[in-house]
Amino acid sequence: MELANKENNENLLSILQDVQKECGYLPEERLRETAVMLGMPLIDVYGVATFYKSFSLTPRGRHQVKVCLGTACHVRGADRIGKEVGRKLGIVLGETSEDGEFSLETVMCLGCCAIGPVVVIDGKYYGQVTPTKVESIVRTIKGEIYAR
Amino acid sequence: MLAEVKADRIRTSEDLEEVRAKIIKGRSSKIPCIVIPSGTCCQARGSSEVVEAFQQEIEKHSLQDNIALRITGCGGFCQSEPNLIIYPEEVYYQKVSPDDAEEVISETVLRGRVIDRLLYADPNTGERFAHLSEIPFFKKQKRLLLANNLQVNPTSINDYLAAKGYSALSKVLQEKTPDEVINEIKESGLRGRGGAGFPTGRKWELCRKARGDVKYVICNADEGDPGAYMDRSLLEGNPHSVIEGMIIGAYAIGASEGFIYVRNEYPLAVRHCRLAVQKAREYGFLGNDILGSGFSFDIKISMGAGAFVCGEETALIASIQGGRGIPRQRPPFPAERGLWDRPTNINNVETWANVPLIMTKGASWYSKIGTEGSKGTKIFSLVGKINNTGLVEVPLGIILREIVYDIGGGIPRGKRFKAVQTGGPSGGCIPSSLLDLPIDYESLKEAGSIMGSGGMIVMDEDTCMVDIARYYTSFLNDESCGKCLPCRKGTQRMLEILTDISEGKGEEGDIGLLEELALVTKDTSLCGLGQTAPNPVLSTIRYFQDEYEAHIKEKRCPAGVCKELISYYIEPDKCQACLICLRNCPVEAITGGKGLVHIIDQEKCIKCGTCLDVCPPRFGAVTRLSGEKVPEPALQGTEVIRKRSGETDVNT
Amino acid sequence: MLTLRINGLDVQAEEWWSILETARFYGIEIPTFCYRDGLSAWGGCRLCIVEIGEGKNTKLVSSCTYPVTDGLVVRTHSKRVIAARKLLVELLLSSCPSSKTIQDLAAKLGVQKVRFKVEHEDCVYCGLCVRICAEQMGAKAIGFVNRGGKIKITTPFDRKSEVCRHCGACMYVCPACQLRCQGTEPPQVVCGSCLRLEPTCTEFYPDLMCYMGAEGNCGTCVREEPKKKG
Repeated sequence: MELANKENNENLLSILQDVQKECGYLPEERLRETAVMLGMPLIDVYGVATFYKSFSLTPRGRHQVKVCLGTACHVRGADRIGKEVGRKLGIVLGETSEDGEFSLETVMCLGCCAIGPVVVIDGKYYGQVTPTKVESIVRTIKGEIYAR
Repeated sequence: MLAEVKADRIRTSEDLEEVRAKIIKGRSSKIPCIVIPSGTCCQARGSSEVVEAFQQEIEKHSLQDNIALRITGCGGFCQSEPNLIIYPEEVYYQKVSPDDAEEVISETVLRGRVIDRLLYADPNTGERFAHLSEIPFFKKQKRLLLANNLQVNPTSINDYLAAKGYSALSKVLQEKTPDEVINEIKESGLRGRGGAGFPTGRKWELCRKARGDVKYVICNADEGDPGAYMDRSLLEGNPHSVIEGMIIGAYAIGASEGFIYVRNEYPLAVRHCRLAVQKAREYGFLGNDILGSGFSFDIKISMGAGAFVCGEETALIASIQGGRGIPRQRPPFPAERGLWDRPTNINNVETWANVPLIMTKGASWYSKIGTEGSKGTKIFSLVGKINNTGLVEVPLGIILREIVYDIGGGIPRGKRFKAVQTGGPSGGCIPSSLLDLPIDYESLKEAGSIMGSGGMIVMDEDTCMVDIARYYTSFLNDESCGKCLPCRKGTQRMLEILTDISEGKGEEGDIGLLEELALVTKDTSLCGLGQTAPNPVLSTIRYFQDEYEAHIKEKRCPAGVCKELISYYIEPDKCQACLICLRNCPVEAITGGKGLVHIIDQEKCIKCGTCLDVCPPRFGAVTRLSGEKVPEPALQGTEVIRKRSGETDVNT
Repeated sequence: MLTLRINGLDVQAEEWWSILETARFYGIEIPTFCYRDGLSAWGGCRLCIVEIGEGKNTKLVSSCTYPVTDGLVVRTHSKRVIAARKLLVELLLSSCPSSKTIQDLAAKLGVQKVRFKVEHEDCVYCGLCVRICAEQMGAKAIGFVNRGGKIKITTPFDRKSEVCRHCGACMYVCPACQLRCQGTEPPQVVCGSCLRLEPTCTEFYPDLMCYMGAEGNCGTCVREEPKKKG
């Protein structure tokens, strides 16, 4: 590792995190700009962007639905919850809905094991979710969003 | 609220004690204090609304000078959240709702009367306990670290100072040389709490002796083990304890810069760390010439971006350096050549948090706790099929049975204990035959598991061990960085075999092949992820081979979990045609009507188990079968056999 | 200079050598796959593993990336090493059965069938192309993308590279896309027994016993007086 690039390289991940937060994903243009700005080969920036799960190269839904599949949640039936949420939203895990409103992803442990199974929607945590609760949660969220 | 002391940069140890005295004086210890834990999962349970309600209630009655309210991080007894503790009596209330604020303040705080319905009740005996120390969950714990979470508001450095924070640092800088600090840590017997359990003092010594002027210390807060959240709770609840530990460590090693690498899935922990570092700088605990000692040190926060492998030291370093989190073979070890090729010491959050404690109370005090080879306490996250879910801090050497039954309160719904998984995806399962195993580094290793970072997932008779092995292998295959062949392909091939077994496609010889793959993956993988990836497979085969054989030979899943091997069936002579399962089936696979037996269409059934969940227990008409042929369905239009009220089924 | 012991022989090595370089210097053959003279050592294929240490605490490490130390004890052909190498080659073969390089390697180590579902991949992620592009050609046009099971080697955004120098080095060095050999019954069975060089004596002893270069073609010592391991 060239020590001359130390300052630059150290900032790559936080720069990408900022872009992810700002745009909801990492647009190609921004990745190219970042490579030029930091003096790094494009393939290195691209390799980092594709390595980490919190980065997405395609736009995510305006509302992120995360289902925890950590072990404690798994043991309490999180698999079923994940499938149920997908069914109610009409999308598969890892996908974004056609209207761009929702994207559904799994997370391996949010550290809220006491209240598992856990679903997080736009940063709001729902604990001890059962398949029947999924219905009402999704209905409420959809109601709030589509009512606007 | 009493006006808080604002301090300028503290320049000497004497000044520190003056500031501390001022802070303590400005707070009355005579007035009652309501502590409301409000970490991430407390908030998920509604603790923020409870806090607001109490704040409003206190304001409404102008009781700001009579009642102190402290919002803290996680207290540990997560099952009972939202909870609160009223000091000084330590009255413990659980499952508090915002509406309770008025009653709690008027009855308990002002009149000293305990509200029964808010007390914790033992799930097995129903006995109620009023005070924290009486509650069985807390009794056998030794909360050296976790107790402090309840003493401080993590956003207040003054709280930390009032609780004697940074006194260890002051003592070290005034009285001890770096070598003396290292010796103290060595003698304490502290071992790395992140998983491998390497003796911390020795690790520091190696880094200290390494050649180089510029050295780094890193706090590994990339707690990736699913089911483990001890580090989150320490960082959210008491970030200064970790920072203080790092400053002491940096002094001992000779490092000038430190990093806290936190996973980004912990936004509250990141926020609290950032705030704590900023405050520490303002007060002069970080920066140049700390407390006039001539020692300078500062900390940067670095965020993870969603990669389990970055919990591995060399991958973590690669990540801080702005690259893909790819591990490299050691030697050279990070202690010699780590971050930017410079000597680097990496320790886990809990390890760092133990340092101020050891320097304050001394190595000989610390080494009296625990066993010969495993000193001190360890925080475990006790989760899964257990009554008292939460974080428990126990002296090492405690018997597993005590954790599961005395502290954990046993298995809910009267189910039978099956196993405890320790060490996360790198660990193994401890079966019921080993319930009397002492929890320490060596015993766990001998039993085929590891201490790991402290996750303890309790499993009961409804957990399928083949499914657990498949789950962990799938996780590791997904998280593998992909560099080395055995981890990338070995876990993939193990996953293929495990998936086949769980789908009823297992063949004779599969267990042998799994073992062969497991041993080579363990032996030849480049880093700890691959080297420990086979542990869940090997340990479940070791203790639960009968389950594997049932899946392979009889195409049966004894726990009733593996979807391809189970079927749901409604017994015609028990069905009372209540229509509940019919209405709740997500794919409308149940036919029937009022007075007519309900029938599940096996072709449409997705095995979600909802029908079994919703069938009223007094009918109990839905059964789950495995390894046997589903009986022929009743003919459509068959009428139910009405049970007279009070009549019970003789055969149950 | 330091002294280390390889297969029972005390040898001297320069401080900056790896175990692999030392072994090669002394004519001891260790199979490799992702290693290539002139490129940095990657340590990803794990085929060059050797057993180091003594007694209970031995472990397997990749010899291409392990620096020599004074007093290091190395065994290049212990039973444990050979069993591991065989399975690793089986994993390679099951991914890319028609690569001649991999087939030759399999024949050499006596791997004749594959017990896993065969995938016909074009790449085994040895990284040689990435390294030659970066280190020898200075282009850095391709690299590793994604991770774990989804890993691949490609250009940024899978698009035509602006920095590629069209030198063909990546194709030249690739072990997967070399001249394909079909064998007698692909893809389950690999022929090439003529290249089989596994030492016969390791069936009776935990290590290679003879340094006469016979490496398995002889076996006289074992045929005349097969010593049973106690």
